[in-house]
Amino acid sequence: MATVTLKDVRKKFGDFEVIKGVSLEVLDREFVVFVGPSGCGKSTLLRLVAGLEEISSGDVLIDGVRVNDVSPAARGLAMVFQSYALYPHMNVAENMGFSLRLARVSREERDRKVREAAHILQLEPLLHRKPRQLSGGQRQRVAIGRAIVRNPKVFLFDEPLSNLDAALRVQMRVELTRLHDALQTTMIYVTHDQVEAMTLADKIVVLQGGIIEQVGSPMELFHHPRNLFVAGFIGSPKMNFLKSGARSVRDGAVRVGLPGGAELEVLVEAGKVAQGASLTLGIRPEHIALSAQGAVRGEVLVVERLGTSTLLHVRVEGGDLLTVSTDGECPVHMHEQVGLSLPTERVHLFDQEGVVVPRPSRHPLADVKVRGPASGAA
Amino acid sequence: MNRTVRKKAITTAVAWLVALLIFFPIIWMGLASFKTEIEAVATPPRLFFSPTLENYRDVAFGRANYLHCAFNSIYVSFGSTALALLIAVPAAYAMAFFPTGRTKDMLLWMLSTKFMPAVGVLVPIYLIFRDTGLLDVRFGLLVVYTLVNLPIVVWMLFSFFKEVPPEILEAGRMDGAHARDEVLLLLLPLALPGIASTALLAIILSWNEAFWSLNLTGPAAAPLTYYIASFSSPEGLFWAKLSAASTLAIAPILVFGWLSQKQLVRGLTFGAVK
Amino acid sequence: MGTALPQAAAGPPRRFSLMAAGGRKPPVAAMKLPAVGLLLAWSLIPLFMTLWFSFRHFNLLDADRYFSGLENYKYLLTDDALVASVVNTLILVVSVLIVTVGLGTLLAVLLDQDFWGRGIARVLIIAPFFVMPTVSALVWKNLLMHPVNGLFGFLLRSVGLQAIDWFADYPLTAIIIMVAWQWLPFATLILLTSVQALDPERKEAARMDGAGPISMFFFIIIPHLARSIGVVIMIEMLFLLSIFAEIFVTTSGGPGNASTNLPFLIYRYALLDFDVGGASAGGVLAIVLANIVAMFLMRSLAKTIEA
Repeated sequence: MATVTLKDVRKKFGDFEVIKGVSLEVLDREFVVFVGPSGCGKSTLLRLVAGLEEISSGDVLIDGVRVNDVSPAARGLAMVFQSYALYPHMNVAENMGFSLRLARVSREERDRKVREAAHILQLEPLLHRKPRQLSGGQRQRVAIGRAIVRNPKVFLFDEPLSNLDAALRVQMRVELTRLHDALQTTMIYVTHDQVEAMTLADKIVVLQGGIIEQVGSPMELFHHPRNLFVAGFIGSPKMNFLKSGARSVRDGAVRVGLPGGAELEVLVEAGKVAQGASLTLGIRPEHIALSAQGAVRGEVLVVERLGTSTLLHVRVEGGDLLTVSTDGECPVHMHEQVGLSLPTERVHLFDQEGVVVPRPSRHPLADVKVRGPASGAA
Repeated sequence: MNRTVRKKAITTAVAWLVALLIFFPIIWMGLASFKTEIEAVATPPRLFFSPTLENYRDVAFGRANYLHCAFNSIYVSFGSTALALLIAVPAAYAMAFFPTGRTKDMLLWMLSTKFMPAVGVLVPIYLIFRDTGLLDVRFGLLVVYTLVNLPIVVWMLFSFFKEVPPEILEAGRMDGAHARDEVLLLLLPLALPGIASTALLAIILSWNEAFWSLNLTGPAAAPLTYYIASFSSPEGLFWAKLSAASTLAIAPILVFGWLSQKQLVRGLTFGAVK
Repeated sequence: MGTALPQAAAGPPRRFSLMAAGGRKPPVAAMKLPAVGLLLAWSLIPLFMTLWFSFRHFNLLDADRYFSGLENYKYLLTDDALVASVVNTLILVVSVLIVTVGLGTLLAVLLDQDFWGRGIARVLIIAPFFVMPTVSALVWKNLLMHPVNGLFGFLLRSVGLQAIDWFADYPLTAIIIMVAWQWLPFATLILLTSVQALDPERKEAARMDGAGPISMFFFIIIPHLARSIGVVIMIEMLFLLSIFAEIFVTTSGGPGNASTNLPFLIYRYALLDFDVGGASAGGVLAIVLANIVAMFLMRSLAKTIEA
């Protein structure tokens, strides 16, 4: 059993509070990803869990035991650093076996464990090489191998893929997922890349400015973002945001204004929107459809053809720029006039504070079972 | 010959001319060391001659004085460097990895002690040594050199320790290393080249030091600087042997200097130029 | 892939937390104590003693010791020898600085060029710095500058000129030449390091803009070197103010006071005249001079040290 619990954790560097009261549950064998923009505190949070930084206030519990004052190694954790942090003067086998050597484990036992881990990661031919003789991807695997040898309760990853080139990153993502499946161990992973978060995580923790914005499964965050920040952060290309207003309200639905004057009826929970309230309308590029009868009209400024899809940047009436993602065969040209239709069930509404207006229905994939119920944010 | 090759050829010629001109006095001295005394003072000076090892033989084996002074030089240089390292490693470790708000000030203060002109404190040091019986005692000179070099040694070790990526030490902690393991198993092996250069520089500075060694020593503790200086009255018959003695005295340091050139810059400019 | 170790990741300032040290912080203060304590003693005790002695009538040959106020200083400042020595010190320092920095810059640029045997040429140029001052002094005095047996004398005679008796007629100049020879490599090495740090793209951009070698030198290289030249000047000054061995071994400050500098004068007061009081007053003067230079150097260093 390896659970991690954070209770109102705060961290100050001097006068500057980096982590402002974070509470979180990580369940046994979960793959949790901390994601957020630079400076949001995700790496600091990871280092607090690891024990490499002191907590200013709050508690960190591992398997229900308070570990604030316990040294990193004694917490039963292992960490893979962004720069791999391999010991340059030791070869691969010695790097991986270092923790066992410190624990005075016998040479045979050490060799056996190192060989096991090397086998999982296909590092056997490299065991006698020094780090400077390895490629980036190989060094990263050695860093992971070093962690595996320790047989920790929880693996910690600090942006491990950011120093790799794009193709290698895709490959390593797949390997990490398979590794998690094979080892069945709790993993906490930090990244700024929302694609990594979406593909790897059982549960994503979105951080900004030292607080948790939302916690949930990837699909939950994608289909039901709690606020403007999460909505704009998850999903690429970014969600489109339009200024709008509640033209009329009736029980369970609100009519909002669209660029060019048209109106759209959106189903919402009763009593959540007042008449005349100013709202932000959000819709993802891939959900906007090209339609001759579309309620919104505009001129295509730029066409980006990726082959797999086509991105259209459309200036609509009123001056807003919308990004539309459509299929690769789309024949639209620059400067063409197009009609856009916004399906009401794909529209997100956010109030003046940026918080989402709750909808009555949930997307089916949002509640696909992960390990245990997704826990709420602070 | 194309333009680049021609430029390179001219540069080579000029550069080598300059280099040989600058190095010339040392060459000349080296040559003199292989001449007989008569040839050494011959006019016109001879460039070609039949070399002899009699001077080296005489200096190394004939004059017990020389070997004694050479031993003193070794004792004092290596000894003071070892002592300085012993004191400096813990200090540099503490300052590099557990810095406080005052660490930078402390480093600057340490360096500033090096700016005190030796001559300003000649009198008190001389008197203290005289009254404690340390005049003409090897160990006394060793202590002075340790103190004189300590700021540079601390500073250089500090800057080398700071170059060890902190993640590597953190990874060590995650693997269960305590402070002692960290220093012995991770830090020292990684900082070893830096420690070696620091040691070389300290040895060089001590070996060549020519103020305290001339004023605080006598026949018993005299290092090579003093030995050579004792030949300052012009006695023509000694030149070949003096050259041999000098060549022997400077040869090891020329090698050390060559080995540690790059780190020297850092040490001698207190890090202002890297 | 790359052979360099990956750089430490950028991010918020990471400090070694005490807790991360296995919960047991090493005895940080105790580790610093020997170095700090020893240097404190070394820097303060002799200094105060010098100060103390400078206000006393204290001669090793004289049993009378008493407080004499500013007597020593008055005597010092009216002594011809002192004025001469300070002037000589300044001449010595400035001359050597000009030669070493000027030539050093040119040598640095030269060594930065690509040519055959560059590594060895560099070693040859650097070598004089590692020669013991007493050895170099004697080589220059006996083998090179000696009017009868020295090489210079021979060269001058072979073109029909008279040999120069350096140490009798131009003693200070002789010292300047010797010291400059020893310190030229220092300036060259430091400036070379700095020149090599010049971003090649800057030079290429200048070349694209049409800069020839002279413009390149004055508009790109010299400004880049400005800071290092400043450092070289300050550090050399500090050490040149204390030149001693070369004078001790060759001229003993003579003839008269012609090649006496401040350190040698103090040495003479202390160990030849046994005038502790006078030597201490002189010492205070030397300390003040050095501190002025040190102040500028410290300010420059304070900006570069990252702690």
